[in-house]
Amino acid sequence: MTANWQGNGGLVAATVLGLVLLLALPQIVDPVMMIELTSYVIMAILALSLGLIWGYGGILCFGQSAFFGIGAYAYAIAVINFGDSTIPLLLSIIVPGLFAALLGYFLFYARITDVYFGVITLTVTLILYKVMGATSGSQYVIGAAPLGGYNGIPAVPPLNFPGRPELALSFDGLFYLSGVTLLAVYVGLRLMLKSRFGQVVVAIRENERRAELLGYDARFYKLATFAIGGAIAGLAGCLFANWGMFISPDVFGLAQSAQVIIWVIVGGTGTLLGPIVGCFAIQWIATKLGAQQLLNANLVLGTILIGFVLLVPKGVVPTIGDALRRLKFCPYVAPLVEQRRVP
Amino acid sequence: MTSPDCILETRGLEKRFGGVVAIASVDFTLKQRELRCLIGPNGAGKSTFFKMLTAQLKPTTGRILFDGVDITRAQPHHVSRLGIGIKNQVPDVFNNLTVAENISVAARSRHGKARAGAKGKDVMERLGLTALTGRLVGELAHGQRQWVELAMVVALEPKLILLDEPAAGMTADETNKTAELILEVNKSAAIVVVEHDMQFIKQIAQTVTVFHQGRVLIEDTMEKVQGNELVREVYLGKSEDD
Repeated sequence: MTANWQGNGGLVAATVLGLVLLLALPQIVDPVMMIELTSYVIMAILALSLGLIWGYGGILCFGQSAFFGIGAYAYAIAVINFGDSTIPLLLSIIVPGLFAALLGYFLFYARITDVYFGVITLTVTLILYKVMGATSGSQYVIGAAPLGGYNGIPAVPPLNFPGRPELALSFDGLFYLSGVTLLAVYVGLRLMLKSRFGQVVVAIRENERRAELLGYDARFYKLATFAIGGAIAGLAGCLFANWGMFISPDVFGLAQSAQVIIWVIVGGTGTLLGPIVGCFAIQWIATKLGAQQLLNANLVLGTILIGFVLLVPKGVVPTIGDALRRLKFCPYVAPLVEQRRVP
Repeated sequence: MTSPDCILETRGLEKRFGGVVAIASVDFTLKQRELRCLIGPNGAGKSTFFKMLTAQLKPTTGRILFDGVDITRAQPHHVSRLGIGIKNQVPDVFNNLTVAENISVAARSRHGKARAGAKGKDVMERLGLTALTGRLVGELAHGQRQWVELAMVVALEPKLILLDEPAAGMTADETNKTAELILEVNKSAAIVVVEHDMQFIKQIAQTVTVFHQGRVLIEDTMEKVQGNELVREVYLGKSEDD
């Protein structure tokens, strides 16, 4: 019974908790905060994608925002051209997924190591920033969609009911859709990590040579993880373009890339709940800091990050999880928090 | 041409690191289900030889044939899939996974879920790891981690097993158990063992190959090798125990 609870029960409980929050929050939170909250949810999906690649795959990608941005642009350009959002939504997942696969193919099969991998992925997102920034002028159009350089693409049409462009998604609808997506991605990743594929991915992070000597092609598994992470980030990008009804090269910028990494560090690598919690907490603090004039917001955020790296190096979720296990809350509460297994 | 009862053959195998010749023109053959011990002083090239057989290192020149397939330029996972399992010198395990997970990852490389589960259980029982299943491998003692790695290799059911110092860091009891295990696994697989522990080698040895300065010095039975003057000079002389 206990073992069963710890296996699937934790997952079921987390799902129920997520659904309750999803339904309850719009009832108790004021509309302005709902707008903020929706963006947190969308960014949490992006954080989850890095949580997978970095925390479980052991691949430190400094340019996760590249896939986020490509997803957003793919959606915006396609939806302006097609009118109906069904195919654009799929493209926002497929295009960044393929881009990650192509990039990953050259990097993993050339056996590029950690540090260089980080540098290259960061460079890729900064190149995309420059390239998309250089597309101002009437000659830079894809179909009916002008790219707009640093001004970006305004008035991105919202998602609609499949095949019915007149049934556009409302702002409340976007919150529910983003929430359901976040929950689905979370549950999907947890199930994936329990499968053989997930086991091998973690084994490769632990000891790549041993995994290869057992007969697993580490290059392929890393590539697949990276592509899945890219596709998830792209989906978050699509929702983000819906949220602001606008997309600009800023999504490829250094600030965006660095933010995602901070969320994952604060929340805790090697868990899936961590990146979500870190993303919500840091964004909420950033919003609150932005509303006051006393202190520079970035200064405070920087201090918080340094404080975390020094004092809570494992991140919030693993630290709380360890404490719960020590306090013997284990059978009831701790399964909500996956055990982190990174030295 | 390789004869059918030959599982492994190297021809003119050579590995140079810059100007240093680690392995110099080694011709080595191993029969199906043979048990071979590989000895030689430190730096003789034994580990380098193993690393080339498992594609962890690429040879400078020469060829490696395994079960009729040229694996000289293969990838490590490919060599593993063909049926070579290796236990490296330093325990090479997944430290942050449990014992059960380590063995499961190995077993599932070859079998479906159900068979892998049964195989894993069987291997853990045979190697006396059942009591440790839930423990993180990184928390175990050196000897226990050696067992875990051994269990992973056995779970692969390879045709050829390479063991680089399997008894290192083990107590006398554990060493005896390792020897028994090796003899048992040898019923279905060819094995090459690198060891320094002469008592251990006497326990299992059929044919012994002596490496010295990257070359095969002599290849014969344990008695003949021990009686050989040259071998005594380069190696055994230091640990003589008549």
